[in-house]
Amino acid sequence: MGEIWAVGELVDGAPTKLTLELATLAQQLAQSAGAEARAVLVGPGAAAAAGVVAGYGPAVIAVDTDASLADRPVSSVVAARVAALIAERNPSIVLVGASNDGKDVAGNLLGMTDLPMLANAAGVEWQRSAPQVEMSTFGGKLLTHSTFNGERGIVIVRPSSVTAEPAAAAGSVETVVLDSVSELPQVRVTNRVEEAGAAAPIEEARIIVGGGRGVGNQEGFRLIEDLAEALGGAVGATRAVVDSGWIGYGQQIGQTGKIVKPALYVACGISGAIQHKVGVQTAGTIVAINRDPDAPIAEFADLFVVGDLFEIVPRLAEAIRARRSGGG
Amino acid sequence: MNIVVLLKAVPVVGTERLGGDLLTDRSVQLEANGNDEYLLEKALKLTETHGGEVSLLTVGPSNATEPLRKALAMGAARAVHIADDGVRGSDMRATLAILAAALARMEYDLVFAGADTSDGQGGVLGAALASRLGLPYLSYASEIEPLPDGGVRIQRISQAGYDVLEAPTPAVVMGTQLLGAPRYPALRGIMQARSKPIDTWALADLELDPGSVGAGAATTRTLSSDKPQERAGATFVREPAEVAVAQIVDFLASRRLI
Repeated sequence: MGEIWAVGELVDGAPTKLTLELATLAQQLAQSAGAEARAVLVGPGAAAAAGVVAGYGPAVIAVDTDASLADRPVSSVVAARVAALIAERNPSIVLVGASNDGKDVAGNLLGMTDLPMLANAAGVEWQRSAPQVEMSTFGGKLLTHSTFNGERGIVIVRPSSVTAEPAAAAGSVETVVLDSVSELPQVRVTNRVEEAGAAAPIEEARIIVGGGRGVGNQEGFRLIEDLAEALGGAVGATRAVVDSGWIGYGQQIGQTGKIVKPALYVACGISGAIQHKVGVQTAGTIVAINRDPDAPIAEFADLFVVGDLFEIVPRLAEAIRARRSGGG
Repeated sequence: MNIVVLLKAVPVVGTERLGGDLLTDRSVQLEANGNDEYLLEKALKLTETHGGEVSLLTVGPSNATEPLRKALAMGAARAVHIADDGVRGSDMRATLAILAAALARMEYDLVFAGADTSDGQGGVLGAALASRLGLPYLSYASEIEPLPDGGVRIQRISQAGYDVLEAPTPAVVMGTQLLGAPRYPALRGIMQARSKPIDTWALADLELDPGSVGAGAATTRTLSSDKPQERAGATFVREPAEVAVAQIVDFLASRRLI
């Protein structure tokens, strides 16, 4: 049995939550398989971040990159180096995160390595000497399990498929300088534009407060943002809200947006159409606040509060703040 | 500027099912994958402004022609339909090989791919095609424009805002719904679409070994398919706001969420 790898992702030099989840998953699978787990980190500061990731169990391969690659898309820099490492060391299973950059890396790797691929995993277990990949198929209508026919493959793993857990014994750290990397065709990042009011990312949030058409307008959406702040969570939205320009596309949950799995989702003025449902149905707890008790979200909410969100949401934010400051 | 739009014909959203062989049943009514239509719309706008033609490329069963006709009615000039019984059951590797072989036989400046598909949600074939064909890859585009020197510039969404990316062409661009809503075909377009060419290519036309694709060559397999565990069902609260809020707080506290 060859090694099981997790391809990590660094943002401003720090590993993402998804990276720690992948490291945990690689370690778990390797233990079941009787194999070695490794995490691969590529980018500026990879060696510095390696210790954190090694704390989750896998031995870390750190590939630092220099400023000459700073104007290339991150995914192309990572993919070229991971491909070189795969060619050199032949791991059995390579786990890549289903973030935007992760999917780009995975796609590039598919084109370069021609390894078998299973995308969109919501969980991976080791069964009968192979990884068994759980997927939520057709917008959650089906739960399927798939595997590789051979010994090798790439699995794209969704955020929150596993809970990151530090290991009893940290893995080693190996700093690698790669001599022969074939870079991907050049794409230049000519500018990075920061827009005002960029919201916290929803992929990593433990709590998400989502707003739908029922919030009425941009002003109404401020109530959603305020409740999210009170709960220490992030703001999500339906496509209708994003199309209306009340919040950015990065916050969109659902079929054409992101698939998230927070511990708590508070859905405000969201009817729960299938396109939105697929993005959030595996949340730990779902609280819906909606005037219409027949809204489809009743089918997958845990608590359904029938009422006017304009009355309930501000009071709820206030009650949560009061509870917090009261130490209760 | 000639653009090839990758258009997947997927089962109408909500009607998807697996066949007895655990492969997606594509004998049902098919529609264009929603995310692909944003790219088609952008491709049509770009060629209307800058000249050139939009071609469609799909791999799928014979009934994939219906969404192709609709896309032609929206304004695409022609379509290439890889239709071959040997394709059925292809895994991602094989699908990549088929698309790469087809693109090698087409003329284009840009290849457009959608962010993902409603029946697979992979969202990686654009990146895979680019690295396989040795083309620049630009992804998560919210805006796409040609450069005077023949290159392409996109805005790529980022958590903070967006990055501006530039590359020479030919290139592969993967885009998002921010490119704009797709148009409805006009009656004139529907009439014109009837005489637009749909070239049907078989595996032999792509010089691909039939043994290298399809279910027989698949490197992955689906083991089982089950109904997901249903959620327990909602507890309803129908109290005035003050009381309802207290109940929400108690509920969240009981689940240790606050």
